[in-house]
Amino acid sequence: MAEEFTLSCPIPISQYPQILLAHGGGGKLMHQLIEKIFGAAFANEYLDERHDGAILDLNLSPVPSPKGGGEPPLSAPGRGWERGLPEGVGVRSQGGVRVAFTTDSYVVRPLFFPGGDIGKLAVYGTVNDLAMCGARPLFLSAGFILEEGLSMETLWKIVQSMREAAHKAHVQIVTGDTKVVDKGKGDGVFINTTGIGIIEHNLAVSPKSVRPGDLILLNGDVGRHGIAIMAVREGLSFESAIESDCAPLAEVVLKLIEAGIEIHCLRDLTRGGLASALNEIAQTAHVHITIDESAVPVREDVQGACEILGLDPLYVANEGRFIVFVAPNDAERALEILRAVAPEATLIGRVLAEPRGLVTLTSRIGAHRILDMLSGEQLPRIC
Amino acid sequence: MRFIDEYRDAKLAQHYARRIAQTVTRPWTIMEICGGQTHAIIKFGIDELLPKEITLVHGPGCPVCVTPVELIDKAIEIASRPEVIFCSFGDMLRVPGSKTDLLSVKAQGGDVRIVYSPLDALKIAKENPNREVVFFAVGFETTAPANAMAVYQAYHQKIKNFSLLVSHVLVPPAIEAILSSPKNRVQGFLAAGHVCTVMGYTEYEPIAQKYRVPIVVTGFEPLDILQGVYMCVKQLEEGRYEVENQYTRSVRREGNTKAQELIREVFCVVPRKWRGIGEIPRSGLGLTEKYREFDAELKFGLTDRSVEESSECMAGLVLQGVKKPHECPAFGTRCTPEHPLGAPMVSSEGACAAYYRYRREHG
Repeated sequence: MAEEFTLSCPIPISQYPQILLAHGGGGKLMHQLIEKIFGAAFANEYLDERHDGAILDLNLSPVPSPKGGGEPPLSAPGRGWERGLPEGVGVRSQGGVRVAFTTDSYVVRPLFFPGGDIGKLAVYGTVNDLAMCGARPLFLSAGFILEEGLSMETLWKIVQSMREAAHKAHVQIVTGDTKVVDKGKGDGVFINTTGIGIIEHNLAVSPKSVRPGDLILLNGDVGRHGIAIMAVREGLSFESAIESDCAPLAEVVLKLIEAGIEIHCLRDLTRGGLASALNEIAQTAHVHITIDESAVPVREDVQGACEILGLDPLYVANEGRFIVFVAPNDAERALEILRAVAPEATLIGRVLAEPRGLVTLTSRIGAHRILDMLSGEQLPRIC
Repeated sequence: MRFIDEYRDAKLAQHYARRIAQTVTRPWTIMEICGGQTHAIIKFGIDELLPKEITLVHGPGCPVCVTPVELIDKAIEIASRPEVIFCSFGDMLRVPGSKTDLLSVKAQGGDVRIVYSPLDALKIAKENPNREVVFFAVGFETTAPANAMAVYQAYHQKIKNFSLLVSHVLVPPAIEAILSSPKNRVQGFLAAGHVCTVMGYTEYEPIAQKYRVPIVVTGFEPLDILQGVYMCVKQLEEGRYEVENQYTRSVRREGNTKAQELIREVFCVVPRKWRGIGEIPRSGLGLTEKYREFDAELKFGLTDRSVEESSECMAGLVLQGVKKPHECPAFGTRCTPEHPLGAPMVSSEGACAAYYRYRREHG
């Protein structure tokens, strides 16, 4: 807002005058950065949604109805998934097209890890952000920042992996950019991908659509990607390699939409894991979210690694996991659809009204506590 | 998961909670020494299961929390030097010194690395013979053997570019300090299972007798803690004050004698300042004469300095079990994990951070 415009930096200098790694960790520091620097500077109706991507109505000016009725395709009134939607929210303007638009940068080290590589991540990550908007991913751009000295074979392997991933996710990489930086100024290769997808329904898939009574479904075990990366990076070896869960999610999301499930919100569980995603949604939607800790699947090897390192799997990153908030009557059907693809999909919690903005969980021994968002990255404990 | 799930069984937990409720006839205050136990109590909500007569207070057993500010400042000073690779366990990086923290030193270009073992730091020293590698050796008796091993190996392999910034502390003197304080309200202790795995529990026997307090060596899983509380309450109700061992799957009375030998070889008992509490005689470990060359404070010529702690922070009272974190006026307002006034708000084992993360609505 204009009256709040200020020339001084809104994050107190005394706090952190420099960017810390934790500012990119998906926790509170990153949130402050987004809210106080980027959100404050660029504020607009799309950005203010704080969604995984922006949902754009490409025909903002009213379009005269064509003769013979202006019924927009794919939005036949009275279909099940329109139940309970606030009036006008998310419904396509007549004759317009809604697209989802998102971008993400990939700086993972090592470039290749069990279950994936930076190329696969760069495609699936952005495709998944589009899927979380309820969109059908169509096109990607790919920007490469290459470090002088990177082996051509490595680049070729990454590009081949991107090609394969794009094929699997049914998207085309249609434009791109290449920059080379001095040796030592990059970490081999950084990739940015931007994606466009089309929204073929009238659902308002957004944290703001979440309401008390919604049930929360999760599509599988959590924590695998983060632990896979950490194991390679820190040279920790386990009996068998833990593989990243890196996978495209659009197909299963589109299945839910096609089945007419009343989806209120979708969120992939990347940096900051399940706990951060739930907190972001509870805060944006002004609701209380409660989950059952023992309902959240964690693979034994991941649990073991977390126990050793003193990490909580609920905060560990994933690349193929998402939560979906659905109307209670549709939960069972949604779970069936999810389980056809991911047998471990499960109901983990529900949405309540009060206290707003809070996430709580029922612990394994049946007691209750807050599930907070972390400040920065999880740091391994001393003992 | 085996060896984990058995100790988190909801039905058994409720069973133990009932047994405790059936045993207790009047109010008792019990302190768990170890920050790992505090974390588990709050994370699993164990205290919620206990009858109202039992008050659990949280002890000083969080190594991050009791490391004095001046030592953090020394770490920051060493880590800022261009020739140094500063290695530390992860949760020391966010602890505020008097001006800044190690994470900020890293952001300003300092070579600060998270390691999982002091032996990893020694490996880094071997790989970087032209750099000085310093390991921040904090912790109780639990981490002492591995730190001793790193120094021992460095000595025998003649690795000259490796040193330790030592801030080791010991549990029994801290228990005595708490018990001899006029403000003390602790009537029974859960001793730290991992510390006793190394040291055994013979040192605790004279303390239990002298101060007439039951001490139960306790593990870290919910059922361990509930069983430890049960054993402690039973002693209190029966008027006994003995050292008992709940954590029998890990702890023997004499402890791990090999590890103790190594500790005695490399370290000697010294007075140590505890953040928020002050100096306690014979409460820490320092390097013995033979291994002095691996003492980073000597190597980098850091003379003693003393730093005022935030006057608003009542960490000392929290660490002695006199106050609960949410009884602090700054809790959750001027003191949060993003802006900690004191160390217990930083580490995941710190009582204040545990309360903030899991109990804010009570604050």
